[in-house]
Amino acid sequence: MSARFKPGDRVAVRRAYPPGHIRTPFYIRGKAGVIERLCGSFGNPEELAYGRSGRPAQPLYRVRFRQDQVWPGYTGPAADTVDIEIYEHWLEPA
Amino acid sequence: MRGYHDIGGLDAGAIDPSQHAHELWEKRVDALLVLLSRKGVMTVDELRLGIESLGADVYERLTYYERWIASVARALVDRGVITTDELGRHMAAAAARGDRA
Repeated sequence: MSARFKPGDRVAVRRAYPPGHIRTPFYIRGKAGVIERLCGSFGNPEELAYGRSGRPAQPLYRVRFRQDQVWPGYTGPAADTVDIEIYEHWLEPA
Repeated sequence: MRGYHDIGGLDAGAIDPSQHAHELWEKRVDALLVLLSRKGVMTVDELRLGIESLGADVYERLTYYERWIASVARALVDRGVITTDELGRHMAAAAARGDRA
């Protein structure tokens, strides 16, 4: 599966709340960040969790977020960031 | 909906960072999951879904590897690798030996 995003692209995490095994943390849904790198493609854990194949493999990205845009009232240094690995189907262009 | 395990950003109180040795049974549980995963019987994603499906009360009550073995046992029954009767008999035998349940 070809990767939809490249390093430097601005992306937003889908504000979605499906049931099941979800690896996208609750706190980052709806937030915007920047693609830091493509980690590779891996079986979709949301499908693997139910004993299915997880194919086709899904691109997984490391996405960098500014902490002051993740946490309301963040008082740490403005340069603080958090990196989270997120599967492509959770990301939209921002 | 927010899973009870998905606690990033919530107030969790003080964290105990001290190291502790794992008990033998905990190492065995870890090894069991590695073997089952390598043999293609179950995935770590199934393990996690099982833990996330224990219910908040059970999740809070069980220790880390107790959650693992509860999830592994459920997956092995679901997959037809073991029966609930076999599981029950072995659990009873372990309890009779005085093993930690």
